[in-house]
Amino acid sequence: MRVRVQCEPFDLAAELEGFGAEGDVGAQVTFTGIVRATGGLTRMEIEHYPGMTARAIEKIATEAVSRWALDDCLVVHRYGTLAPGDQIMMVATASRHRAAAFEAAEFLMDYLKSRAPFWKKEYGADGAAWVEARDEDEDALSRW
Amino acid sequence: MLEVLYFAWVRERIGEPRERIETTAATVADLVDELRGREGRYALAFSDLAALRVAIDQELADWDSPIEGAREVAFFPPMTGG
Repeated sequence: MRVRVQCEPFDLAAELEGFGAEGDVGAQVTFTGIVRATGGLTRMEIEHYPGMTARAIEKIATEAVSRWALDDCLVVHRYGTLAPGDQIMMVATASRHRAAAFEAAEFLMDYLKSRAPFWKKEYGADGAAWVEARDEDEDALSRW
Repeated sequence: MLEVLYFAWVRERIGEPRERIETTAATVADLVDELRGREGRYALAFSDLAALRVAIDQELADWDSPIEGAREVAFFPPMTGG
């Protein structure tokens, strides 16, 4: 299991090298979040809580590994200034069968959205605004 | 001394990311009351607790959580990761 919080971009292919190599892996799922240009967005600033962030993500990843008996799990999340088209974060899961890998990846995404201490501020032609958490995001946790 | 941290719009409203304060507050709610009484910018930042979350020593906590022995308390809006 690996968790990283960083300002720099990441290279998906490089991150996946050797990922899950130690298990009898039959399925690997990856998800990459990208900054959308919706609403004329020109840039996004992601703030986080250094100290708490990595620990909070590790807690979520540990839960995913144990619930779905994953062979491997990787989370990379960026902070700082991002432009439309930039990668924001990625998760990867590896398991014997695909159902576990897909489900665990969705679980990770749902929890990262509402329980990892990041805050996004969007900048566009109309000024700047903090992205507000949506009720649906909180509701999504109840399915787990 | 307690380290108090603010993130996102809470930080913007209060005007600083962190400060060290002397407090006798027993719980997070007591601390919020104390801060609200200081200046208008605190009252504004803490006007709607439903829109805020709190962490004690980097773990999510509740308004009635005790803060005795805590090193840091952080206030922020609901998280928007992913």
